[in-house]
Amino acid sequence: MRTNGPLALIFHAIFVIVMLAPIVVVCLVAFTPEGYLSLPTTSFSLRWFRKIASYPEFVHAFWVSLGLGALSSLVALLFAVPAALAIARYSFRGRGALAALFLSPLMIPHVVLGIAFLRFFTAIGMGGSFTGLLVAHVVVVFPFALRLTLAAATGMDRSIEMAAVSLGAGGWTLFRRVTLPLILPGVISGWALAFIQSFDDLTMTVFLATPGTETLPVRMFLYIQDNIDPLVTSVSASVIAITMTALILLDRFYGLDRVLAGKSDPGR
Amino acid sequence: MSAAVDTAPVNAAATADARDRRAPWALTAPALMLFVGVLVIPLAMTVMLSFHDWGQYKGIEPVFILKNWREIATDPYYAEMFWRTFRIALLTTLITAMFGAPEAYILNRMSGRWKSFFLLVILGPLLISVVARTLGWALLFGGNNGLINKFLMSLGLIGSPLPFMFTETGMVIALAHVMMPFMVLSVWAALQRVDPQIENAALSLGAGSFTIIRRIVLPQIMPGVLSGAIIVFSLSASAFATPAIIGGRRLKVAATLAYDEFLNTLNWPLGAAVAVLLLLALVMIVVGSNALIERRYAEVFR
Repeated sequence: MRTNGPLALIFHAIFVIVMLAPIVVVCLVAFTPEGYLSLPTTSFSLRWFRKIASYPEFVHAFWVSLGLGALSSLVALLFAVPAALAIARYSFRGRGALAALFLSPLMIPHVVLGIAFLRFFTAIGMGGSFTGLLVAHVVVVFPFALRLTLAAATGMDRSIEMAAVSLGAGGWTLFRRVTLPLILPGVISGWALAFIQSFDDLTMTVFLATPGTETLPVRMFLYIQDNIDPLVTSVSASVIAITMTALILLDRFYGLDRVLAGKSDPGR
Repeated sequence: MSAAVDTAPVNAAATADARDRRAPWALTAPALMLFVGVLVIPLAMTVMLSFHDWGQYKGIEPVFILKNWREIATDPYYAEMFWRTFRIALLTTLITAMFGAPEAYILNRMSGRWKSFFLLVILGPLLISVVARTLGWALLFGGNNGLINKFLMSLGLIGSPLPFMFTETGMVIALAHVMMPFMVLSVWAALQRVDPQIENAALSLGAGSFTIIRRIVLPQIMPGVLSGAIIVFSLSASAFATPAIIGGRRLKVAATLAYDEFLNTLNWPLGAAVAVLLLLALVMIVVGSNALIERRYAEVFR
């Protein structure tokens, strides 16, 4: 194969710089020693990171996001694992339609989902509740949990299950001791990707969140709407750091290319 | 959709299981109930809501009228807003295709370690909060002394600062950055199916670089560019965070207008009508262009 010429490499360098610039700028401004938005020129300071602690709304929103992400991805998996096993192993009427329905939250704009959930939960008297927010997140992250579990279940070697059955294992034991361990990498990656989706979601959550149930992206968004100061950059830098850590762990565990391939459809 | 869904189970064990009719439904029943209860019904309720009446003092009245739809159809404000939404989405799509496709091609020609490193650098932002990424652009744009303006002025490219914040230009730039990974990913996937030997064959037959790109590479990655374009277009047209932060309160697109109607004006039926119309327009555009692409590239997909 031919290699890249100098022009191609210059294009590539500019491309990468532009892709990274906004993220790098947020992280740099977060370390400013000044009281206003500026790039740190003489020294780096942690004052704006310390300031986060004295702003309880951000801290509370962080815990809401963390709990919501962990819980909604877990609940989504409880629904997704049996569904993935059914879709991977059986050919039945309506299988294609069912898979399309389960992946449909990827296709529907999140602003429409947010409105639909707001309307629904208000109508049944659950408006502004954490439970409502949780159920909405379960539906939205379900496709991500389903896809990676499905990929693991489809690629699984079933002769091991056959061996277990011939040795007298069945039902729950078969699932818990044989099937689940075999698809576990896919399940865990599905959980992680679902968690990131839930943790990052703004567009749908902004419709459902109330002051007690604001997630971190919602709190950041509402804060930015009022004014942009170094505090919100230090919060953003923390979020970026957390995401990067999750990314690296995910890469070690499963291979990031496979996870990202699962995200190539409309997601936001 | 995903390949895993399309491939029918082929092994012997699956055919044996296929005799069991009830098992798959028992396994999918919980998820199916969840989706019907908490997705299908709410969406149907939203469509219904768009036909309800609303007044400042009486609130939502559950009647069936066309008031909201008529307002959207007749008031030029909505036509302008939808036109702006789709104009921004189209420009964003063109920019991502123009830069994303060559970048995917360059990436694909890199050697193993660099390839995976830069792939991670370019696709990683996909998982970073869109609020944080847009905040970065707000910082770069700044007011009149934003970093981009300072940089362009120091190069002597512009004499006075350009307005980026609260303009469509700024929205398109920031959106193109947010959507770029989707385009690179899509073209990248198409490139994986291309045999590099075809390029070498063209080279040995005396074709120049430009001819090779135009006659050999481009036709083969076009399906990838087009499917990337559909993804980027539909996500840009329904984007919320970036238009809201960069566009401010006055420059409205469909998603930010629907948000305003729901949480500020509280005219839910009108907001629901805007959202339903956005959904319908997107479904029509996506399904229509998918059909066009599949007809045009029938040989490639076969």
